[in-house]
Amino acid sequence: MTKYLKTADAEWYKQRVIRAMFCVAGAFFILLIRLFYLQVIQGQELRRLSENNCIRLQSTEPSRGMIFDRNGTLLVDNRPSFDVSIILKDAKPAKDTIEKLSKYMNIPASQLMSKIENKKTGSHYKPIPLKKDIGRDALAAVEVHKFDLPGVVIDVKSRRHYIERQRAAHLIGYLSEINSQELESGKYPEYNGGDFIGKFGVEKIFESFLHGKRGGRQVEVNVMGQVVRVLKTVDAQPGHNIYLTIDNTLQKTAEMLLEGKAGAVAAMDPNTGDILVLTSAPSFDQNIFVDGMSHKQWEALVSNPLRPLEDKAIQGAYPPASTFKIITAMAGLQEGVIDEKTTFYCPGHYKYGNRVYRCWKRGGHGNVNVVKALAESCDVFFYQVGQKLGVDRLAMYAKACGLGSFTGIDLDHEEAGLVPTAAWKKRRTGIAWQGGETLSVAIGQGYNLATPMQMLVLTSAVANGGALYTPLVLKSVNTADGAVVVQSKQRLAGRLPTDKQTFRIIKKGLRAVVNSPKGTGRIAHIDGFSVSGKTGTAQVVGRGKDPNWSDKNLPDHLKAHAWFVAYAPSENPQIAVAVVVEHGEHGSSAAGPIAREIIRTYLKKDELQPRLQ
Amino acid sequence: MIDRRFVKYFDWGLLGLTVFIACLGLVALYSAVMSTTAAPQKTLYFKQLIWYSAGIVVMVLSFLVNYKSLDRWALVIYIMCMLLLISVLIFGKHVGGARRWLILGPVSIQPSELAKIAVIISLTRYFSRRADTGGLSLRELLTPFMLTVIPFILIVKQPDLGTAMLIVLIAGSVTVFVKIERRSLLYMITSCTVAGPLVWFFLKGYQKRRILTFLNPDRDPLGAGYHIIQSKIAIGSGMIGGKGFLEGTQNALSFLPEQHTDFIFSVLAEEWGLMGSLLLLCLFLSLIIWGLNIAYRCRDPFGTILAVGVTAMIFWQVFINVGMTMGLMPIVGVTLPFISYGGSSVITTMICIGLLLNISMRRFLYEQ
Repeated sequence: MTKYLKTADAEWYKQRVIRAMFCVAGAFFILLIRLFYLQVIQGQELRRLSENNCIRLQSTEPSRGMIFDRNGTLLVDNRPSFDVSIILKDAKPAKDTIEKLSKYMNIPASQLMSKIENKKTGSHYKPIPLKKDIGRDALAAVEVHKFDLPGVVIDVKSRRHYIERQRAAHLIGYLSEINSQELESGKYPEYNGGDFIGKFGVEKIFESFLHGKRGGRQVEVNVMGQVVRVLKTVDAQPGHNIYLTIDNTLQKTAEMLLEGKAGAVAAMDPNTGDILVLTSAPSFDQNIFVDGMSHKQWEALVSNPLRPLEDKAIQGAYPPASTFKIITAMAGLQEGVIDEKTTFYCPGHYKYGNRVYRCWKRGGHGNVNVVKALAESCDVFFYQVGQKLGVDRLAMYAKACGLGSFTGIDLDHEEAGLVPTAAWKKRRTGIAWQGGETLSVAIGQGYNLATPMQMLVLTSAVANGGALYTPLVLKSVNTADGAVVVQSKQRLAGRLPTDKQTFRIIKKGLRAVVNSPKGTGRIAHIDGFSVSGKTGTAQVVGRGKDPNWSDKNLPDHLKAHAWFVAYAPSENPQIAVAVVVEHGEHGSSAAGPIAREIIRTYLKKDELQPRLQ
Repeated sequence: MIDRRFVKYFDWGLLGLTVFIACLGLVALYSAVMSTTAAPQKTLYFKQLIWYSAGIVVMVLSFLVNYKSLDRWALVIYIMCMLLLISVLIFGKHVGGARRWLILGPVSIQPSELAKIAVIISLTRYFSRRADTGGLSLRELLTPFMLTVIPFILIVKQPDLGTAMLIVLIAGSVTVFVKIERRSLLYMITSCTVAGPLVWFFLKGYQKRRILTFLNPDRDPLGAGYHIIQSKIAIGSGMIGGKGFLEGTQNALSFLPEQHTDFIFSVLAEEWGLMGSLLLLCLFLSLIIWGLNIAYRCRDPFGTILAVGVTAMIFWQVFINVGMTMGLMPIVGVTLPFISYGGSSVITTMICIGLLLNISMRRFLYEQ
């Protein structure tokens, strides 16, 4: 240890320490000069600024992007809302002011007082919101008596406005105040409490485009709180406008047709994947989410047995019923278990093992080939095709047609449905697959589940010659000035596992559904166009063994779901439609007319309004 | 074991300075938390008193153990601190978008504060063996570089740019103190000039904004620019005599952001004016010079370098924090020792004082 005592090192370190002391002194000198500058030289001016405590920040909200349909029809915009708040510091005595205010606004004073009492811990300088979105009459009364109401402030805020009640509510979705969970998640650093944020549908999915960017001003205010001058301004940037793929006229037609029913209608341009209609019924009023709803209104929404908040077009998984016969026919033809000429005899029932499986037509269809079987929806024919194919080959085709997986539409909470296989059943229930279950699957009953959107994508693919498109809801995103930010492109998700010959036969069958004398979809016939389609009647309870069993005697909630999928014109398809009416009984009578009217409206509109150059 | 010379050599002056500054700090904190209208803030004052009691305990502990034993334990202390920093990244509590806190039962600690001391001790151990009057070569600088860069990266990840930069500044000061070869210094300056802009790409959005705002306060008049302006108004409006205890309007009206931690100097300067702030700065200057004087009088390289490192830490925190509130520096989250609210900050500062007392008291061991 003594080694260090006499070495030069200790002395050398001393020199370094002295240099360090000079550095420190220099640094402190800078701090002292700055302190002197601020407190002595600038002191007067800064004291003046602080005495009026006059520099305030005011934030300016960006206006949210608007939403249009594919033709530029405005669907959602913003309207001014007048919010009343009070600054306690200026409102002396607060009690008198509140009493006067309650008289002008026609609101009990106790209700206003309770808002103040809730905010007791807050600053006296901050405005406390009393009542949001007051009516025109109350606004006029408050404005006229403003001098009588010290400390009362009226803010104009922009509020989301869904122009037509319930229009495309499930697709467009709604806004609501941001909740504490979302604020704390750290995903929305730009948002403050009280801001509105998309909670559902397009409003949620495209939040980042729609929201825009908050701006603000640094202002100098006087003792009365009035702005004397604006020091700095950062402009708010408005959100981008969104153009959807839906067609407002068609959407309106679909909503009218579904009124009073539960179900879904979806339509697509089979050549691009653009969604033209997306309706789910019953619907809900989006404005009540923005304006704030009562507990009672919320209860009514969530306890309604018809589930208005569910988007049945993408979340409703139903047995596809006879619409599934398109897939069974496709698999049978493609695998070579039948050809165009194969005929089976339908006596009205089919015996498999020791059980009799019935055809929907008690008297039977007689001799049927695949085209007639599709046209008249003969169950016996497809029982035999299904039996020859086996469940796993059927499942393979169903999956290739997009069933059992998400369509990939840009919306939340999509359901995938279900394509049963022998292995799936064994895993799920522990019981081996029974041959008879294959017969049910072949006609779309049993464990099969599909959403209207999946059946729409499949129908479109048949119509366009095999391309499975991802359904598109967004056409483009434009800035407020109109510059294009995002332009949607069609997205190919897969191709049907089918050759031209098979397509020709299936299309012939689907055309006969609507156009042959005994076709189950005759009701969808339109003069001047050739419509192709397929009906479906999805049983909610089994037919049982009772030979006299009939839908007619069932209570409403056990009646079958009605399906109709269609495309038109048959030769050169421009639109594909899928319709489900819950408990509508027969696909032909309940769903067919809806599909027909959608197609008619779309195609006739094109006829009546030739494209402008 | 208790030597009478311990009592004789005990550094009463340093202890006195510490107590004086801590009392000023408690007065400023009282203003900061008591005059706001928000109720939960008020409990912070009592929490700070508890932290100070804990601080006194660790201070006593850190001067009772002979500082020479830190030489032996340097590596263990360093590794433990790095493990804590890693566990913060994994288990740490999210507060305002950053993971800086580790919850240990009833208290939450900030391991990045302890990391500062670990880096000082490990660098001291290394330099006390290597340093010679010729200065350090590039090869000798590799180990100190690694010792610094590991905690730097771990802390930047949290992210806590302020503390990370502080570690680099402290390590840099100690290294420059033990002298770098002129040639190596030249290399370093050149490479820093080249690598500096690269750091930009690793910064988070808000960190970039703060630096840009410092360079041009008009860039962000609604965020950091506003804080700088309000802080300057608070300090300047104190003028010479101050507005008086609990009379600070900037503070009371919540115009100051985080007035009990980062901007506490503004609160003090507003209420006590040039008199108060000058007094506080002089006390800090005396404390730092006192620390350097301990390094000067210590005749053992380990003690000298340790004293310099610990003093450098206090110096940089004071300089950056006060500079930031007066608009001389970008707004980075660096606390003002003794004054800012915060358990980890108080504990770390008290460890530093304990170490300085330790080195000062044991100087006789190396005297003849």
